Amino acid sequence: MSRRIHVALYTSEEKLLGALRASRKAGLTVLDVMSPYPIHGVDDLVGIPRSRLPAACLAGGLLGLGLALWFQYWTSSVDWPIDVGGKPWNSLPAFAPVAFEMTILFAGLATIFGLLLRSGMLPGRSGVIRDLRVTDDRFALVVTRPDAAVTDTELAQLWRDTGAVEHRDIVEREGDR
Amino acid sequence: MDSDHANERVIDGDKSLSDVTHDIFSPLETRGSGRWWAGFLLAVSALLLGLVAVGYQIVTGIGTWGLNRTVGWAFDITNFVFWVGIGHAGTLISAVLLLFRQKWRTSINRAAEAMTIFAVMCAGIFPLIHMGRPWLAHWVFPYPNPRGSLWVNWRSPLLWDVFAIGTYFTISLLFWYVGLIPDLATARDRAKGLRRHVLRFFALGWTGSARTWSRYEIACVLLAALATPLVVSVHSVVSADFATAVIPGWHATLFPPYFVIGAVFSGFAMVLTLMLVARKVMHFEEYITERHVGAMCKILVFTGTIVGLAYMTEIFTAWYSASAYEQFLFKNRAMGPMAWAFWIMVSCNVISPQLLWLRKVRTNLGLVFVLSLVINVGMWFERFVIIVTSLTRDFLPSAWAGYTPTSIEIATLIGSFGLFFTAFLLFCRFVPMIAASEIKSVLLRRRAGDDRPLAAGETQPPADADARRAA
Repeated sequence: MSRRIHVALYTSEEKLLGALRASRKAGLTVLDVMSPYPIHGVDDLVGIPRSRLPAACLAGGLLGLGLALWFQYWTSSVDWPIDVGGKPWNSLPAFAPVAFEMTILFAGLATIFGLLLRSGMLPGRSGVIRDLRVTDDRFALVVTRPDAAVTDTELAQLWRDTGAVEHRDIVEREGDR
Repeated sequence: MDSDHANERVIDGDKSLSDVTHDIFSPLETRGSGRWWAGFLLAVSALLLGLVAVGYQIVTGIGTWGLNRTVGWAFDITNFVFWVGIGHAGTLISAVLLLFRQKWRTSINRAAEAMTIFAVMCAGIFPLIHMGRPWLAHWVFPYPNPRGSLWVNWRSPLLWDVFAIGTYFTISLLFWYVGLIPDLATARDRAKGLRRHVLRFFALGWTGSARTWSRYEIACVLLAALATPLVVSVHSVVSADFATAVIPGWHATLFPPYFVIGAVFSGFAMVLTLMLVARKVMHFEEYITERHVGAMCKILVFTGTIVGLAYMTEIFTAWYSASAYEQFLFKNRAMGPMAWAFWIMVSCNVISPQLLWLRKVRTNLGLVFVLSLVINVGMWFERFVIIVTSLTRDFLPSAWAGYTPTSIEIATLIGSFGLFFTAFLLFCRFVPMIAASEIKSVLLRRRAGDDRPLAAGETQPPADADARRAA
């Protein structure tokens, strides 16, 4: 199975947002938008679901907190209790700083690795970049035509109307993305 | 008050997106300027001097320092606290100002975060060499060992330091790297040949996709929210090294906030020092503008005044405590044999920043540069005063002693500056020093439709960029 995708390039955020609305109206399926900086308001138009990273962050934090409290308790009260200045084996208030630091460390690592894994970002990866200039000053709109509902002429007209500076068609095999 | 509202306009010049890319990335694609090489050679020389000194004291032992039985902490721990404190401004700029939506931070956050990382590296050296046997440094970590397992003492602030500094370094480094990814991708897409391959590795396959941007922005806010309490905790834990001891001058509940605000104060002074040089050397005058300098000056006068308040609170508490030892300590600090250090501290940290109330001073960049250096010196002396004057004369006069640093200790301090500036200069040459993707998101012209320059007299859209974007 292969599909044809269409990439149009714009010179500004405003034009891109206009083109995004116009292509949805015309019945095109918006696959992605690529931009040199994050554009607010694009998430709903592209249909990007709310990220669950905050949940990963919370889970990491709770894990770090739990592990740190348990480990400090186990080493100083169970495995080898040592009398330090007559303090109780389980000196919970004194365990707070390390527990706090481990909460932050685990929450931060969960957030960062969550981001990298969910976005498929790993060292040496070369993502599918539609145009090298999207990391400089171009905004790319990537769409596809469901069941060829839009004709070639209509598409060309759409690109003209929305002020695309360039557009191209790419035939993509299943699994390329 | 100034009319220059920092939120309104981040950079000078009517720049398009590609201008920003060009300005920030083209310096990285050339060979370093003569000034850069001069600075680099100077920094590397200082670093080599420090390496020789550290090598010598590791081989010979810390008897090469001026420490004695009474003064067990002096230059080394002063340097440690000084460098950790320097780092705090970077986190404050990248995290706290992000949460407060201070857009001006965009021009300086990358460099300030890099400064944090290098400062924490410098700080880490000192506890390590103070151990005397740094090859046993892994004993500070709780790992299963053939000695029992003998675990670490979780009740000691020195161990809290290990976890606080370790977490701080890890999170700062990763936060910085995450912020760097979009710009590494820009550098990658501009590069050719080997350079492209290297950058491709580090850019992690960034494509600028809206799906990634969406997650990325949430991750950055989460990390900022984590880094904010983290930075407060780090210097609080450092202050606990002192506050949990019984030594007069150390045993104070004031210490955590006092140390945190002092850290922010010294860190901002160092950011100013670095930025004032970098904007000239790297030609970033339009990105790091006088408004940025002005905003940092205001933070300096604010934090410097709080530091002054903390000094007075310490003295008041000593008097109010009715403890003869506390009262003696503060008299001794201000009038004893080391009074010179105390008065350097007060004049540099409390008196000199008051000049920054004046707009004329804030806009005189040469004077601001000098003041930032003065504050750096003052904040180093603050830690020296706290540590050394408290130790030299504590309870029993028979135990009193003096302290003079040796050449080895001074060389180690110079070496730490060498490491810091070597790392920073390498950063300026090889990493985009300004967060280009963030600058692009706050450009005035980005809403203008195309690359049309702003017409004369044309003002920008409403101040809050987010409101504009949401429209």
